[in-house]
Amino acid sequence: MSNGAPLLELEGVSKRFGPVQALDRVDFAVHPGEVVGLVGDNGAGKSTLVKAIAGIHSADEGTIRFEGEAVSISKPQDATALGIATVYQDLALCDNLDVVANLFLGREEVSPGVGTASRQLDEARMEHQTGELLSNLAVTIPSLRSEVGTLSGGQRQQVAVARSLLGEPRVVLLDEPTAALGVAQTEQVLNLIRRLRERELGVVVISHNLVDVFEVADRIFVLRLGKAAGEFAAESTTEEHVVAAITGVGSERERNGEPADGKSGESEEGR
Amino acid sequence: MSDAAVGTADTEAGEPRRKETIRRLVQGDLASLRVVVGLALIWAIFQFENDRFLSAQNLTNLMLQIAAIGLISVGVVYVLLLGEIDLSVGAVSGLAAGVMAVLNVKHGWSPYLAIAAAIAVGLAIGLLQGFLFSRFGVPSFVVTLAGLLAWQGALLQVLGSTGSINLNDPKITGLANIFYSDAVGWIIAAVVVGGYGAVLFFGHRRRVAAGLDSESLAGMGFRFGLVAVVTIVATLVFNSDRGVPLAVLILLAFVVGMEFVVRRTGFGRHVFAVGGNAEAARRAGIRVNGIRVAVFGIAGTMAAIGGIMAASRLLAVNQNSGGNELLLLAIAGPVIAGTSLFGGRGSVWTALMGALVIGSISNGMDLLALSSAVKFMVTGGVLLLAVLVDAIARQQRQGSGRV
Repeated sequence: MSNGAPLLELEGVSKRFGPVQALDRVDFAVHPGEVVGLVGDNGAGKSTLVKAIAGIHSADEGTIRFEGEAVSISKPQDATALGIATVYQDLALCDNLDVVANLFLGREEVSPGVGTASRQLDEARMEHQTGELLSNLAVTIPSLRSEVGTLSGGQRQQVAVARSLLGEPRVVLLDEPTAALGVAQTEQVLNLIRRLRERELGVVVISHNLVDVFEVADRIFVLRLGKAAGEFAAESTTEEHVVAAITGVGSERERNGEPADGKSGESEEGR
Repeated sequence: MSDAAVGTADTEAGEPRRKETIRRLVQGDLASLRVVVGLALIWAIFQFENDRFLSAQNLTNLMLQIAAIGLISVGVVYVLLLGEIDLSVGAVSGLAAGVMAVLNVKHGWSPYLAIAAAIAVGLAIGLLQGFLFSRFGVPSFVVTLAGLLAWQGALLQVLGSTGSINLNDPKITGLANIFYSDAVGWIIAAVVVGGYGAVLFFGHRRRVAAGLDSESLAGMGFRFGLVAVVTIVATLVFNSDRGVPLAVLILLAFVVGMEFVVRRTGFGRHVFAVGGNAEAARRAGIRVNGIRVAVFGIAGTMAAIGGIMAASRLLAVNQNSGGNELLLLAIAGPVIAGTSLFGGRGSVWTALMGALVIGSISNGMDLLALSSAVKFMVTGGVLLLAVLVDAIARQQRQGSGRV
């Protein structure tokens, strides 16, 4: 699926938290129109890698290139400005606000006016744009004016992903997008990820759930103890190979793959 | 729901929309319906016990009685929307009134300057408390409890040995004692009704222009009719007594203005966001602490304005100004009328409706010459009931997966 030059490329990225080497000279790349599954055991460094890209913890060393140019990402705004959007596991939605308000939270459209207090929110324009975006993504929500708290987990996840697209990003990072979702809802979210690929975005999906990763990813990138532990084309590999790379156990032992349940989360990495 | 939003589910568009309408009615508008029914019940009971209760004179008095508390509650609503509490609003209202009285009466300042200074004191106190709360993470409960004591002390200090200052400047006493003639009253009523109609009309036209569904004409007609009827009846009542009071217009102006800010501006949207999920708001790039400081500033400002109104009505400021049960009633009002103590849900109209409920109970029991003991217990019971309803509503939301 990777066509041409990578959108985002990491070279020799390391990150150390005190005595812990969270990332150790990791090389990583995402191409336009490619979905990369980022997998690994708890504490393998998945979240640290994503946070390095998203500007939450800047990397200690290594180079990050975006569209071929070396960039420095030291705060979340840097990543956003480049066109890297991140959807976190806990979604960061306001349950008491409706879909439109959540989508535009922090970047509301306002009508012209004098002084902040008199500048009205342009609700009609925001609702119109929300409708267009969601229908382009084939996201179905009962009403754009539903409070997000009334939506199902899958719908909430789709709203969170849609929100990340408002800034017209080139790369989208998804942290455990299918954790705690039912079968049908998982399928909706995976479909949405496929549509991101169709839009020629670079997509990185962190997941514990290998079944989901195999279903949606073009390439699977395994981290183990902060190091790159294998890279597989999803079409030509098996779950056993990936599990072996995750656990570090040789595949000759024919260990039966038992993907960790996504629901266990990554509380120790605390996002 | 706009057609575009339906995506692949065009055929099912009607059903979820109807469900959404029903849900809004049950969980959103039910709170306002509840308080209207409650108010009607209270009025019916008191009218039954004493037929002077619904007289034009008593209703006008009732509105004058609630003006100050309603103004303070407007600021309290903002704080409640954040999920915080401000226990200092009573004391701040007293201190601001004291500052105004001393500057005007003892130092001979012009009434306008004295009022401006009093409002500035309220704003400064609110900003300070908001800063201490947001910068150091001290719970707002504690910061404003300390404020409650400190500003009460400051009031005693400001009043000095006299202990009580009588107000006689007509510009100040007029706030609660000016009534407009019948003609002016009707002009104001026409402006209110016409203005509301214009807001409805232009809102509708905007949505249609943007290709969105708008509320049905019947719904808009109903809302317009309701506002027109309430306005006309209120004007009739006021005019058959002393006329439309300035105090009521001031209260209404603040309620409408502050409701506009919280419902229609980016700032207001951010207040709701911080109250709903502060972390989500922070990640969306909202300056959460800035919002918090601003909201406490608003609470302090509205407390000062309410204090000025109370002083104008009492024609004096004394050591008890802003004391007694004023604080608790100013917080209880919005909660009774449906603003959640847990943050993120509510409206500025609850400041007015809550003050009406509490004011009606107090006024009615005064008419029946009930003792303070009974009054306190009844008001406490009503507050407890309102808080329980709020908590149960929240539990139900959580039960259905909403927080």
